[in-house]
Order: sequence, then structure tokens, then C-alpha cells
Amino acid sequence: MRVTLHVWRQKNARSEGKLVTYQVPQVDPDMSFLEMLDVLNEELVGKGEEPIAFDYDCREGICGTCSLVINGRPHGPEGGAATCQVYMRNFHDGDEIYIEPWRARAFPLIKDLVVDRSAFDRVIQAGGFVSVNTGGTPDGNTLPIAKTTQEKAMDAAACIGCGACVAACPNASAMLFVAAKVSHLGLLPQGQPERARRARKMVAQMDAEGFGNCSNYFECEAACPKEISVEFIAWMNRDYLKARLTEPDTVTPGMGAKVGPSPVAGHDATAKKHPVA
Amino acid sequence: MELDAKVPGGPLETKWERYRSDVKLVSPGNKRKYKVLIVGTGLAGAAAAATLAELGYGVEVFTFHDSPRRAHSIAAQGGINAAKNYQNDGDSVWRLFYDTLKGGDFRSREANVYRLAEVSLNIIDQCVAQGVPFAREYGGLLANRSFGGAQVSRTFYCRGQTGQQLLLGAYQALSRQVGEGRIALHTYAEMLDLIVDDRKAQGIVVRDLRTGAIRSYTGDAVILATGGYSNVFYLSTNAAGCNVTATFRAYKRGAAFANPCYTQIHPTCIPVRGDYQKKLTLMSESLRNDGRVWVPKESADRRPPDQVPDPDRDYYLERMYPSYGNLAPRDIASRAAKKVCDEGRGVGEGGRGVYLDFQDAMARAGEAVIREKYGNLFDMYHEITGEDPYRVPMRIYPAPHYTMGGLWVDYNLMSNLPGLFVLGEANFSDHGANRLGASALMQGLADGYFIISYTIGSYLATKKAGRLAADAAACRQTEQEVKQRISRILSIKGKRTATSIHHELGKLLWDRCGMARNEQGLKKALQGIPALREEFWHNVSVPGDGDDLNQALEYAGRVADYLEFAELLCLDALTRNESCGGHFREEHQTLEGEARRDDEQYSFVSAWEYAGPDKSPALNKEPLRFQRVHPSERSYK
Ligand SMILES: Cc1cc2nc3c(=O)[nH]c(=O)nc-3n(C[C@H](O)[C@H](O)[C@H](O)COP(=O)(O)OP(=O)(O)OC[C@H]3O[C@@H](n4cnc5c(N)ncnc54)[C@H](O)[C@@H]3O)c2cc1C
Repeated sequence: MRVTLHVWRQKNARSEGKLVTYQVPQVDPDMSFLEMLDVLNEELVGKGEEPIAFDYDCREGICGTCSLVINGRPHGPEGGAATCQVYMRNFHDGDEIYIEPWRARAFPLIKDLVVDRSAFDRVIQAGGFVSVNTGGTPDGNTLPIAKTTQEKAMDAAACIGCGACVAACPNASAMLFVAAKVSHLGLLPQGQPERARRARKMVAQMDAEGFGNCSNYFECEAACPKEISVEFIAWMNRDYLKARLTEPDTVTPGMGAKVGPSPVAGHDATAKKHPVA
Repeated sequence: MELDAKVPGGPLETKWERYRSDVKLVSPGNKRKYKVLIVGTGLAGAAAAATLAELGYGVEVFTFHDSPRRAHSIAAQGGINAAKNYQNDGDSVWRLFYDTLKGGDFRSREANVYRLAEVSLNIIDQCVAQGVPFAREYGGLLANRSFGGAQVSRTFYCRGQTGQQLLLGAYQALSRQVGEGRIALHTYAEMLDLIVDDRKAQGIVVRDLRTGAIRSYTGDAVILATGGYSNVFYLSTNAAGCNVTATFRAYKRGAAFANPCYTQIHPTCIPVRGDYQKKLTLMSESLRNDGRVWVPKESADRRPPDQVPDPDRDYYLERMYPSYGNLAPRDIASRAAKKVCDEGRGVGEGGRGVYLDFQDAMARAGEAVIREKYGNLFDMYHEITGEDPYRVPMRIYPAPHYTMGGLWVDYNLMSNLPGLFVLGEANFSDHGANRLGASALMQGLADGYFIISYTIGSYLATKKAGRLAADAAACRQTEQEVKQRISRILSIKGKRTATSIHHELGKLLWDRCGMARNEQGLKKALQGIPALREEFWHNVSVPGDGDDLNQALEYAGRVADYLEFAELLCLDALTRNESCGGHFREEHQTLEGEARRDDEQYSFVSAWEYAGPDKSPALNKEPLRFQRVHPSERSYK
């Protein structure tokens, strides 16, 4: 089959970008979407032209490196799959396909389809952990954990940190990402001692990074390659509210971030999309 | 070259304990004066970084990925071993040690392997405390499954995403130290060379992948935790970015490279589909707990699998290895698959595939149970092949997966270059000639959480804190060489892509130095590789420039290193004139076609020493001495 691609090309953050059209005449339906782009890039490099920059690594939907908004949808048409798991058999001969980067103020563009998602790392650095040092931990079977609890924690922990939730949200909110980590650790007994503090610190950092608010559009869940449920957002909101009630709303020294507006789902639709969008 | 393994004296069982009591310590107040540079944020690197920073050392971390969480460890599926004996099925430290040593065909260092089995106990405790959601039984205790090469159930897992959850645990511990300002983290930072001065490792040269800026970082010690080199074969189960550059550059600066020919070909991968594929997909070994491997008995049998009645099927692993059956170790299961396909009994396009069939397990336990255990792997298979494994058996074939070889290290995990430590898949130490399933995650975390924190002290305590100035002559000289190499690659402006040259190299290696090797084939490979290298340096096309994100340039640099490293790999395979583990020399097999070791002549580690461009590297041997174990013929029958 043959497809026509319209691909966002932008040399770097400082230059202007535009959609450039490419033909890919010989597409095997068994190819993955990224393999199709590899074939195009091979042709470009062979001609001495710069290949399209895009992110990928494991190509098994687990590392969270790949991105791409395909025909307006983060990770493309399939649902429940990362871009690297999308196959050309889901497209048709003659299709026109638009490929763009994640767009969000908190994810500045580096080149073509590659954006900088280090804001996610900083949110984890602010509190997305259990503060135990190496060594001195009790035997792994000391605390029994109900299978259902562990399964639920695992559902949240399955997040791959790709950023599709942010790219899909009209407000570029990172609530699903943050909620997944807050819930994963908050559901387990090991996460209890820091539960309130964790929610507070991570939310503060999320706001400081310039992610938008949640307005219950739930586009995030639809785009999530791991199908992480928006239920976890409600879960986090409860934790966050409790944290604000039980602990004074202080700014943590050295965090450099102040607690922003409550992330509790409201109907505040302040768009925080990247200006080039 | 002097290769002193520095194995402590005394009985095997108490070496590590004694070592820990005797090792020199750096006082708490002095730790912060030392700076440790860590390259890599996989299980080994992230665990080491978190642990050393917690102890108070100054730590700087580097990864070429955009985030530490992207390291290839994230993709590990099946599980992690530990000798907890929670199942009460007869496991012990000794048994895990012995299984690992035997699994490696008695080509690893006994004392290192014993220590690995010992600290495996702590790893699970540590991960649970971090919030790693390991699978549990209804009673709330930790669950286990079985992996190849073992008759006990000692593998801990998180669905089919064990590597992800373990790495996130280590990543979170690392992130906590970054947040507290104890670790300086450099992402998009690719190490392109090692700075050696006064015959010690003193720093690294790093390229910022976003800006192209090249600069030196110096420290009191350098830790490489940069993973394995399976991608030298072009097609492997490794993530696309995995490469040999860091360890190979260190080799060219004087670190010995050990056993490069010990590569693992994993039996259960999705077969190759087309020329456009860049990587292959693993189907976790855990599937062999319930899946049965078979091919038709007759080579002419072209019936669809559901129409082949049981008597016409050859469950060849169960037939050949009755006591381990489908859980035979990887090297053995891979060779058996090759053998039945060579006999013309392979299935699927091109006849390079065998069935992995779950019908019996589903009939026995119900589809729901199988779905709960392996749902995500089945889905993955379905997405990739378009076939539903709940209805049609999976088709699988071996593919390059893991590399046991790596930089030579002593008991302290320090290379022969003082100040250079090597952890995780990047070193050679624990798996001999074949690694057992679920043992790489164990080793990465053992090295990072529980070993390096002691052993680095043995070096730092003997050294005054203080590092080379970043503009010292050695730094400037090394930076200059890195820059020249990059300009040279950019200036070729030839006609061929680095991918096409890499692909050709991979085919050559797979054919001549893959699952079966022989003298003639290896000699052919050794002739072919220099020609490909010539082709690269005269005809590669790398568009763009060096001062912004240039993925074609990054990749070409890695391919250039593979083109040299591949030669070392083949030379090692040619020199090791015996079969052992994953290294199968066709000249040396038993009547039944099993690997035949030659302990009299080859019970040593091959540690290769770089001798300069166009010179043959020197072979150094570390004899393997077994204090407690008597190497025997490795049988799984
Ligand atoms: C598909 C798959 C499944 C697996 N499943 C299992 C399993 O179930 N159980 C098991 O025990 N093992 C498994 N393994 C093996 C195991 O995952 C790896 O051996 C292990 O994770 C390696 O960890 P590591 O920390 O040594 O290196 P990696 O995780 O590979 O990390 C390497 C790090 O080094 C960095 N790096 C490399 N070179 C440079 C450079 N030049 N400059 C800067 N940074 C650099 C990378 O960015 C990365 O951060 C599996 C492997 C594969 C391929």
C-alpha cells in the first residue's frame, strides 16, 4: 500500500516549524508505524537529506520513549498501544497521515517530533518515591498485601511516562501521570508514612512545571497506552485534599515551587498549550 | 597485563562476610569529598547511584536517554531470581549459586557467583520496601514462578513487566537523591570516551546530544553500567539504543574485554518478518512454564497446527531433556530449535520457527488463568503478528538477547584500570558462558545496591580525594580525539546509510558467529568485517551537522564501534577452541550434539588487551579455580 505523510519538521526550538509532505509508496501492512518511518528515513539519508527526528527505543510499548500525534491522536488510532505498537494494517492504501509532536508548554520541542519531557522527572524527584535507603529493610514477606490491593497498585504503576496524557489533554494537564504514581505508592503499606506529603509535593511540582489543570475531559485515559484509569485522579484528589487539611499548606524549603491552585477537577479550562501548536 | 582477581581467602561461604568486615572504609565526613561518575541508569547504574549518594559520596550520573527511566532494563519481562525459598521447595543460597555456575557451564568465577546468590536475598526485601508491586498469592505473601535451568520456583515477578517495576524502584530512589541535590543528573549525555591519566580512569568525555557540545567530566572513580552489546547482531531483542560504545572505548583506553564471544541467543522470540525490521521481540521465558514447544514429526507435514494430532507432533525438548523438559536452559533450547529447523521441520514462513503451544495448559487450568499470568505477552504477540495465541500456537525462533561477555573486573568489580568499575550486563563476571533466566536483573541490582557500596571503598580509601582539572592535558587530548572522529564521520558524505552497513554486519555475524560456529566460518567473518569497516569509513552517509540533535550521527558513531568490536568477538570465538554454554563450536560436540567443554585447556577467562590500531589484541588468561565445586558435564536430561 501507499501512504502520504504530512510531518512536522522543525530544526530546533528557536526556528519555525512546518508540515512537510512525503510519499511512502511501498508499505507492507505488517510493518509497524515506526518501521514505516524508518523506511522513509533510510531513503532520506541515502539522498543526503536529514532524516526525521523522532523518539523510540524498546519498540515493545514499555520504555515510554516513543511519542507522535498521529492524525490528531497521541499514539495514533489504536488505543491501548504506544506508537511503536501501531501497525500499518490499521491504515488504508492512499491514506493521508498527519504526524506531529506532543504539544505542551511543559514539553519544549527539541527537534522535529522530539520534545523534552524532563518535567516528568522533576515531578518524581519532588516526591514520587518511598524514602528508604539501601539496606536494613525488613523481609519481603513481613507485611502481607492483599492480592487485590497489589493488583490495583500495579495497574497504576504500569504508567510508562510517555506523556500522551498531557498531549491529549486540552489543558495539557499531567494529572493522570501524577495520579498514577501517587496512587501506586499510596495504595501500598510501604507508601503510607509519606502519603500526604508525597501528594502535596508532587502536585506542587506539577504546577510549577506549567502543566494545566484538570477539567474532566478524560482525553488522557483514552490516549493512555496502558489504559490507566481516571479513577486514580479522583483517588489522588482525595489524598491531596486530605493532605491540605491535615498538614499546613506550607511551601517546602528548597523545593522552589509553591503549591498552586487545587488540582481538584473543576471546570477551569485555562489552555496551556504550547504556543507553536 | 596483570590480572589479579583479588578473590578473598577463606571458605567460599564466608568470603563476602569476611571481606565486608575487613574492607577499608571511607569515613562519613570524607565521603562527600569524593566524586563518582556513573554512566548508565539501568538497574545497575540507578541502584549504584542512589546507594552511593545515600552514603554521602558526590555522584554525577550520565545517560544518553532523555530520562533515567528509559534504560533498557525497563523492558525486562519475566522476573528476578532470589534464593528466598518462600515456596519451601528446597531452594537455598547454595542451590542458586550452583544452578548459576552450572548454567554458565563452569566458565564463571566461583566466588563472584556465590556472593551473587547470597545478596539475592536482600534484593527482594529492598524492592518491596520501595513499593515494587510484586505478584502476590491470595494470602498476601509473595508469589513465585519457575525459569529455565532450575527445578525450584524462585522467580519473583510483576506481571510481564518485572524490569519496568524494578527499574522504577531504582529510578525513584535515584530521583529522590536528585531532588535532594545529592546527585547531578545529566540526560541526553552520551559518553564517547574514557579519560585515562597516570594509568588510572579519571573521567569521561561526553557529548550533549541536544547541542552537540563536547566536554570532559572528571572524578575520583568512574562506574560504567552501560548494558550489553547484543545489537552488534543488528537484530536482537535489545532496545534500539543499546550499544557497545562505552565499554569498547574503555577497552581502547586499556581496560581488558573479557569473553566477548559469550553471547546468548534466546529461544523464544517472534521470528523475523521482513527486511525493514530493526529489532526483534522477546516472548518471555516464563511462557515455558505452561507452553509446550513442538514441531511436526515429519518435515513434509504442512498441516495447520490444530490439524496435527498429538502422535504426529514432536515435543522435542520434553523428548530430549525429560527432567527439565520445556524449561531447559536457553542455550540448549535455542540449539534444539535450530536443529529441528535445520532438519526441515520448522514452521511458518521460511521454515524458521517452532510452536509454543498453550492448548494443554488452557485445558488444564482454564483460559482465565493463562490470561492472568501472561495476558500482556499474549496481547503483544497478537499485535505484532496479527495472530491470536489463545487460538493458534505462538511461533517462535531464537534471537540474540544478552551478552555474558563484558569488561573484565576483579572481585571488587574494578577493571584492570584502577578507578574504573563496571556493573551489570556491561561486566563479564557472573554468568560464565550462558546466563540463566531472571538472573540479569538479580545481578544488576546486586552489583548496584549491595556490592559496589562496599567495594568502591577499597579503592577510594587508598586514594586522596581530588580529581583532574577539566582542562588538564589528558582531558583536552581526549576531547580533541572525540571531536576529530565526529568531524570525520560527518565529512564522508557517501552513499550508504549506517543502517545498511550495520545490517550487513549483523547478517555476517549471525551466519558465522551465531548459534553455531566453526573455524572456517569464523575466518570468513574475520575477512569480511574489515571490508565492511572500509565501506563505512569511505561511503557512509550522515547528513546534518554536529551541533544539534542528530540521530543519524549518534547511530553512525555506534556502528563504527560495532565494526571494530565484531572483529574482537569473532577472534575470541575462534581462539576458544571448545564448546561451552552459548559458545557452540561445531567441531566440539558430544555424540548427542551437546556442547563439549575442554576444561584442561580452556578453563580460563579470555581477557583481551587492546594493542593499537591494526594490531592484533593480546590475549591474557585468568585461570578459573574452583574451590568448592567440581566442574562436571552439564546435563539436563
Ligand atoms: C526484552 C528483554 C527482556 C528481558 N527480561 C529479563 C528478565 O525477565 N529477567 C532478567 O533477569 N533479565 C532480563 N533481561 C536482561 C536484562 O534486562 C538486562 O541484562 C539488564 O536489565 C541490564 O541492565 P543494566 O543496568 O546492566 O543495563 P541497561 O538497563 O541496558 O542500561 C544501560 C544504561 O547505560 C546507558 N548508556 C549506555 N551507553 C552509554 C553511553 N555511551 N553514554 C551514556 N549512557 C550510556 C543507557 O542510557 C542506560 O541508561 C531481558 C532483556 C531483554 C532484552
